Amino acid sequence: VATADETRTKLAWDYAPAPESADHVRLRESYGLFIGGEFRDPLDGGRVPSVNPASEQPIAEIAHAGARDLRAAIEAARAAQPGWAALSGLERGKYLFRIARLIQERARELAVVESMDGGKPVRESRDVDVPLAAAHFFHYAGWTDKLSYGVGGRSVEPLGVAAQIVPWNFPLLMAAWKLAPALACGNTAVLKPAETTPLSALLLAEICQEAELPAGVVQIVPGDGATGAALVRSDGIDKVAFTGSTAVGKDIQAALAGRGVSLTLELGGKSANIVFEDAALDQAVEGIVNGIFFNQGHVCCAGSRLLIQESVADTVIAKLWERMGRLRVGDPLDKNTDVGAINSRGQLERIEELVAAGEGEGAVRRTVACELPQRGFWFAPTLFTEVAPAHRIAVEEIFGPVVSVLTFRTQAEAIEKANNSTYGLAAGIWTDKGAKAFEVASALQAGVVWQNTYNHFDPTAAFGGYKESGFGREGGAAGLRPYLRLS
Amino acid sequence: MSRLTVRKTYKLFIGGAFVRSESGRYDRAGDFNVPRASRKDVRDAVLAARKAGAGWGSRTAYNRGQVLYRAAEALESRAADFAVPHGEIEASVDVLVHYAGWTDKLAPVLGGVNPVAAPFLSFSLPEPTGVVGVVAPHEPELLGLVAELAPALAAANTVVAIVSESSPLAGLDLAEVLGVSDVPAGVVNLLSGRRGELARALGGHHDLNAIVDAAGDRELAAEIDRLAAESVTRVRHSRPTTGYEEAVRDALDRLEALTELKTAWHPIGA
Repeated sequence: VATADETRTKLAWDYAPAPESADHVRLRESYGLFIGGEFRDPLDGGRVPSVNPASEQPIAEIAHAGARDLRAAIEAARAAQPGWAALSGLERGKYLFRIARLIQERARELAVVESMDGGKPVRESRDVDVPLAAAHFFHYAGWTDKLSYGVGGRSVEPLGVAAQIVPWNFPLLMAAWKLAPALACGNTAVLKPAETTPLSALLLAEICQEAELPAGVVQIVPGDGATGAALVRSDGIDKVAFTGSTAVGKDIQAALAGRGVSLTLELGGKSANIVFEDAALDQAVEGIVNGIFFNQGHVCCAGSRLLIQESVADTVIAKLWERMGRLRVGDPLDKNTDVGAINSRGQLERIEELVAAGEGEGAVRRTVACELPQRGFWFAPTLFTEVAPAHRIAVEEIFGPVVSVLTFRTQAEAIEKANNSTYGLAAGIWTDKGAKAFEVASALQAGVVWQNTYNHFDPTAAFGGYKESGFGREGGAAGLRPYLRLS
Repeated sequence: MSRLTVRKTYKLFIGGAFVRSESGRYDRAGDFNVPRASRKDVRDAVLAARKAGAGWGSRTAYNRGQVLYRAAEALESRAADFAVPHGEIEASVDVLVHYAGWTDKLAPVLGGVNPVAAPFLSFSLPEPTGVVGVVAPHEPELLGLVAELAPALAAANTVVAIVSESSPLAGLDLAEVLGVSDVPAGVVNLLSGRRGELARALGGHHDLNAIVDAAGDRELAAEIDRLAAESVTRVRHSRPTTGYEEAVRDALDRLEALTELKTAWHPIGA
């Protein structure tokens, strides 16, 4: 068993810092609840600072919604819904096009705020989160006057008021995934951003104002888990859409029992990334890195179970470990940073607990040696080998920059191991053989399968899970179905 | 000289075999005894359905369509064997014909190529969700069951169904129709017994992918919802289906609820 010291590598490259300027960011000192088209002081909720996880410094004070606030938000959404649904599809679409354009115009500001509030590298916020958020609004803006084409020609009507709860890993992008299809279909929304990352959703509320979106079509009500639990238990909602952990998803499904409220869940994962011996190995290593270290591994579909064919396992692990040593961990606002800050102290503790369990169960840990900032929440990229399928690090979602390696001999064994999970969100396949890729992709129980790529998203491509990774799809025509009643 | 009729012994239909309840219990239905299935029978049936899933799912859509159409033919020819109104038999046959035609239409209607902004062939296709539990209504005892079975099978799922509690004979007789229709063993499993007991066993089964509750009982519906949440089981509640139009009007809802859309990304170029 290798000790941590023996297996640590040292960063040999020196980069000058390349910080993204935050001068153009105009944050307020405090944000109210966005209800009925305006920012309001909470009626019975408190105020909580949102903290930068890279510095532990407060960024702005955020109003949290109390019970009366939630009632007011749902009432505002309910009051606005008939008028919003009565607009022609084209007119509704034009509001969404405006929002898409404003996101593009304010892209740099949104990217910086997203990285400050959540800890993700600004390169990712700038190149992935913000452009994809704009693309989602653009895509669904175009659906508003074509809805029946998306559902096999059936007549459609909106469900009503949608309660939407989004996670902290892609705060703006997940808000876009939720709001764009809901609004396109003529619903109004009450959206609760995550406790640790409310800021980009509040900037999106400003964008709704700037777009002159009718008051009450979108409500943004920050809060913690209890706020979300209260929201889904509220009267006056017709639809719940949740992205987050499987445990909370199950609680929501149970809470809605017998109420006839439509539900879609996008939950956790323990996705298999399968490397076959005939893959282009250097390309595969880049894909493995993107699969697990993108956004610090805070990705529901992260390729956290790396399955490597035995004949190339040593080679791939050596290449991967070498590549991991060149990952740059640190300041999220530095444009050269690959791995930013862990989103919160709570999440850091969860990662540490599972990594300790991995060591305790006998897997071999290697963690990249890199200098981490004194303040803030950090976890260096980590690789586990000698992992058994029953180990907690092979079964449970770690949601951090930690990859567990398992090996296989045959294609059938790879498929069996990949499918041996209560989850079924995503999978990766690395091979240059086309027929094999199609065969394996069709055998995997996962909502998304990527061949020779990973963590690729597009507003036209449906995303969502099998089994305990949830139900319902987001993206494309399939993303309309959860927000429409067909007749 | 008078002749003594040979009475039918009603049995459960599990894994393609006609079996008694492992519990040895029975209920009275008209002139017959019918098995009162147990939680263990539910577990055995789910296991049989799970085992049959891979084979049924890998059949071509064309083949599954022909098997369902064959079931329609068999039901039509045995209409006289069922003690239900003739109109209900006709509607049930027509529902099977309708869904037989869906097997190779699901993919183009629910899926397609995604025009992604990157050099990939990305497409989304519906796949079966897996093992589907069906809770049939008291009545109509045949159509109420067939209207839930047909879409589940058309979407390539395997099924464990609880037949009508108050009138179980037609549901159990359906096993004989399916048994001569090339429906592979285990693809449809039929249980009679106490609906509340069996529906709860199904709802709480952690290896069930979806449950279609057509019982029309609010209290039971809420209980099924709660149990299903333990393993994120998909739930669809449906009112008892009383006519052909009702069974096909919302076909897309019935089918879509029992599929999983898979999106695949394959590279174009190097």
